[in-house]
Amino acid sequence: MGRDRSRLITAAAAVPAAFLTAFFVYPVATVLWRGVAGDGLAPLGAVLESGRTSDAIVFTFWQAALSTAATLALALPGAAMIARSGPRAQRWIRAIVTIPFVLPTVVVAGAFAELFTRSGLDDGPLRLRHTVWAILLAHVFFNYAVVVRTVGSFWSGLDARLEDQARVLGAGRLRTFTQITLPQLRPALAAASAIVFLFSFTSFGVILVLGGPRQATIETEIYRYAVVRTDFTSAAALATLQLIAVVALVMLATRLERARPITLSTPHRTTLRAGRLGRTANGAVITALLGLPIAVVIERSLTVGESYGFDNFRALTERLAMLPAPVSEAIRNSLVFASIAMAMALCVGTITALVVVHGRRALRHVFDVGLTLPLGTSAVTIGFGMLIALDEPPLDLRASWWIVPIAHSLVGVPFVVRTMVPVLRRIDPALREAAAVLGASPRRVRREVDLPIASRGMLVGASFAFAVSIGEFGATAFIPRRADTLTAPQALFRLLSTPGETLRGQAMALAVVLMAIVAVAVFAIESARGTSQGTF
Amino acid sequence: MWELRDVSVRFGDTPALDDLSLTVTPGEVVVLLGPSGCGKSTLLRVLAGLQAPDRGSIWIDHTDATTREPHRRGIGVMFQDPTLFPHRSVGQNIAFGLRMAGLDRVAQATRVDEMLELVGLDGFANRAVENLSGGEAQRVALARSLAPKPALLLLDEPLAALDRSLRDRLVAELPDLLRATGTSAVHVTHDHDEAFAIADRIAVMQAGRLLRVAQPESLYADPRTEAVARFLGHVNIVGDGHQRRVIRRDAATVDDRGDLVATVVESRFRGDHHDVRVTSDLGPLEFRLSNPAAPGAELRLRIDPTRVAPIEAD
Amino acid sequence: MTRSIRMLLLLSASLLIAAACSDDTTSVVDPLTTVESEPSADPVTITLITHDSFAVEESLLAEFAESTGITIELVSAGDTGQMISQSILSAGNPLGDVMYGVDNTFLQRALDADLFARYVAAGLASVPEEFQIDSTNRVTPINFGDVCVNYWNDAIPGEAPTSIVDLTDPVNAGQLVVQNPETSSPGLAFLLATIAGTEDWEQFWTDLEANGVSVTADWESAYYGEFTAGGGERSMVVSYASSPPAEVMFSEEPTDVAPSSVLLDSCFRQIEFAGVLTGTPHPDEAGQVIEFLLSKDFQDGVPEAMFVFPVSDQAELPEIWATHAQLAEDPHMLDPAEIEANRDDWTDRWVEIVLG
Repeated sequence: MGRDRSRLITAAAAVPAAFLTAFFVYPVATVLWRGVAGDGLAPLGAVLESGRTSDAIVFTFWQAALSTAATLALALPGAAMIARSGPRAQRWIRAIVTIPFVLPTVVVAGAFAELFTRSGLDDGPLRLRHTVWAILLAHVFFNYAVVVRTVGSFWSGLDARLEDQARVLGAGRLRTFTQITLPQLRPALAAASAIVFLFSFTSFGVILVLGGPRQATIETEIYRYAVVRTDFTSAAALATLQLIAVVALVMLATRLERARPITLSTPHRTTLRAGRLGRTANGAVITALLGLPIAVVIERSLTVGESYGFDNFRALTERLAMLPAPVSEAIRNSLVFASIAMAMALCVGTITALVVVHGRRALRHVFDVGLTLPLGTSAVTIGFGMLIALDEPPLDLRASWWIVPIAHSLVGVPFVVRTMVPVLRRIDPALREAAAVLGASPRRVRREVDLPIASRGMLVGASFAFAVSIGEFGATAFIPRRADTLTAPQALFRLLSTPGETLRGQAMALAVVLMAIVAVAVFAIESARGTSQGTF
Repeated sequence: MWELRDVSVRFGDTPALDDLSLTVTPGEVVVLLGPSGCGKSTLLRVLAGLQAPDRGSIWIDHTDATTREPHRRGIGVMFQDPTLFPHRSVGQNIAFGLRMAGLDRVAQATRVDEMLELVGLDGFANRAVENLSGGEAQRVALARSLAPKPALLLLDEPLAALDRSLRDRLVAELPDLLRATGTSAVHVTHDHDEAFAIADRIAVMQAGRLLRVAQPESLYADPRTEAVARFLGHVNIVGDGHQRRVIRRDAATVDDRGDLVATVVESRFRGDHHDVRVTSDLGPLEFRLSNPAAPGAELRLRIDPTRVAPIEAD
Repeated sequence: MTRSIRMLLLLSASLLIAAACSDDTTSVVDPLTTVESEPSADPVTITLITHDSFAVEESLLAEFAESTGITIELVSAGDTGQMISQSILSAGNPLGDVMYGVDNTFLQRALDADLFARYVAAGLASVPEEFQIDSTNRVTPINFGDVCVNYWNDAIPGEAPTSIVDLTDPVNAGQLVVQNPETSSPGLAFLLATIAGTEDWEQFWTDLEANGVSVTADWESAYYGEFTAGGGERSMVVSYASSPPAEVMFSEEPTDVAPSSVLLDSCFRQIEFAGVLTGTPHPDEAGQVIEFLLSKDFQDGVPEAMFVFPVSDQAELPEIWATHAQLAEDPHMLDPAEIEANRDDWTDRWVEIVLG
């Protein structure tokens, strides 16, 4: 069984390899070479010497680390909630918690800004506006779902009887958590942290809008050099630096993720609950952090003049002059792109995860790090890279309809890989052998042992890939777009670029529609798991 | 002393425990006997504090402990799977409870060695738990549970996964171990032979309720209800209505002057006796006889009336 | 469960197929790889690259296609800066045939990069001299907009400001919000206005900073985040001359009075140009598209579609615009070459003064 499977996986590895090479390595290498080739490494030195750049580098790492820590701290109780709940409640929680993920930065920034104003936190001693705290809050808002779902999903598959044992042996709730649960969660925690860190590391809109003009990160500096100054050399220098940092970070994260496999037994749902105070605090955090900004958006979408109504939603069905296509078409495009991006990310990501866990030793690490890189690479780099690299046959895709889902799936694949690898690794090879010895054919073993376990990770990753595409992260901002590829976030942005209350209301209405779409989609995707698996 | 008073637990629509009351006195071993799914494990979890009852209360030493946390109840648990803490050594596993109790290193080490000796695993302290056999792992689990000197130990079918000879051996050792450490126990099993071997009292359970709680001998001699009789391994239940009776397997001897005429269906050798299945006027029966019988042969059997008990009508 | 996974994959696959089928209206192949240069008798597709704010009525495009046989395919490339960067990067193999949206602040950069080929448009006859700032005719002016300080009539603390220097008046302390010229086009335009319109722009900004000016990264955060229009505390914002008419057009309750006004002395004129990209295999057809952009029908629609003013003196402004749009008679302007040469230094200096 081992050899056949190994051979099959090695052969299949060609798919993610081709995907990454064609759509990431080749474009990024091209654009970096373009920038660096002319003057060699001298500009790199100049750029790095600039005080502004070194400040930006330090700030980038610091805010990303802080964001990761804050998200973990606040979202871990949420993950516990999932671990404790039954399958039905889990689905709801997962769907709702993923909504923030798709909101365009400009909408979120506006909502937070309004909250700060209303609560008096935008000026005076407790000022949040244009501070790193505003950035933190927004990052936690966006990434809450990542931690809750990745860690929560993994957690719900653990054997809680270890916790029970610890408790009857004299460990109180907190000690049980730190001594027994937390070490078991390490792989999922590492995976989630990696995603959140990379996301915050390359965050652009949040830094720009909520951080204000005084906060600069590597990403905003790359943008400044490349787009504002068309100084591609300096931009390429910074982008190279960023890439090196990201490679190191991802290698570290994947190392932390590796844990010795635990013999799988039937998962038992954890019964560990925080005290009433803890639960109330958690509820307050979720409501305030996630609920309030969303409530602001919903309220704005329903505001018509002095009163409330559905006019804004109705207006979405009309043809607006400043949009190249009707809003309904934009929504349709977004859905189609998201479905395709999800399918591609699933395909590439699943094979990658299998290579990482079961493939030949030589390939594992390369694939693990390589396919996660796009998440931490500057959107400008990837976008411009695709522009100049994919400009002639056979890869003449730069203005093609397909470049959009491809670019989306580049960011979706890391999500699938990072959610599947810890789950796949939990399967003790001894268990698989035991099943085989008991008479299960390799396919049966895959079906009875691997697939139920893998499916959990796969569906979490899939719904993230879908949400990421709907929310249009990353490189698609820097790729030329045909009129028939207008997506909902783009339409939203255009609506917000013109003054006028009604336009703003319509933009908010569109945001609400997006939130609803993603909640429904995530719910539906997660339900594909079926109820026959019980707590799986 | 441990008491469950009118405890009910529901999971969704199904009652797992239905108005159940049970008392465990210090020093005794109570065996919970019943089929799978009757709520035995839930009862243990409620006692240990891992499951809150929907109704009723738990009393420890005459104090209401219903809301007390598991780590303050002084109750140990052994599950069917050893559930040893992974990536830790045998010694570290056994020492866990001692560590939680705040014992210093030296005291911990001493006790670990004591427990290893008790379960017959001397020198295993530094072994990795991943390399243990099933029986060894179960013993380590036992040592771990006993190390912090719990007043009460709950055992949830801990021997079910072991092979026969190992199980028999541990069944013989367990009561002695418990007595040596002065630990009371509630032992769950669906195997009536195991129950008889270990129990001071047997509590027969079905569908979340206790049917009978009594000492093994009196229970076996007088099961009173058909359900209990069957759990205890009785098969010879005859008659109907108010005439229903149970005849023990060892109630019959071959005797020409016997009242019962029976035709042999099958005879199986069992080492020190033969299990003989017969048909008769009373219906199909099964007896233990000293001598084999050929299938089809006709036997006259004398039934010892002291080994027949009435069964209550349902 | 395997069934569910299979269903999911089937669903994705069928969506993939559906998407592939739906993508049949426009050809995926880059028009520039067509080998022969077609004569205008056969239908030609011209790719028009624009920034994200470009909009045009579909009926106009359809009419144009009918009368000339040229189908215009729109490609949007981000904001102006992104568009220029992308075009410079892809100079050897341009994304399209015509590019629209270069404005006078980026003009020199585009010209220096040799992005455009010379084309003298017939429609220039109806374009006033003041807009024809490219004597080499590599770009053609299409529309213009003024970036000016807007103020909310009912929210200003004192009298309405009439001169740019009034912004430094203590009576207007803490009222103004501007955008970072590094990351915002109107922000840059306003900076250029101060450079052109004050004696000592560095002193001006020092005074502004002392007067409590607030800085945001982009227009949305300023206009909707801090300006009165979005519920904020500041009554003055750097925005466009077209903002007051837009407020009227898109107000919730129908109104005839514009809630905001323009500080005419602060206006910087942004002219947007279109040009034929070097290397296009269809230079003639590309030229025709430029003529289309200067045609009366297109110019008439420019205000409502894009919130800028048409350059053609033949164009008719919509009523709301005619009533509420205030255009400065003598807006500030700077030579594109001067802008390109000094821009980096100016913004660096600005950052030091205002953000330092």
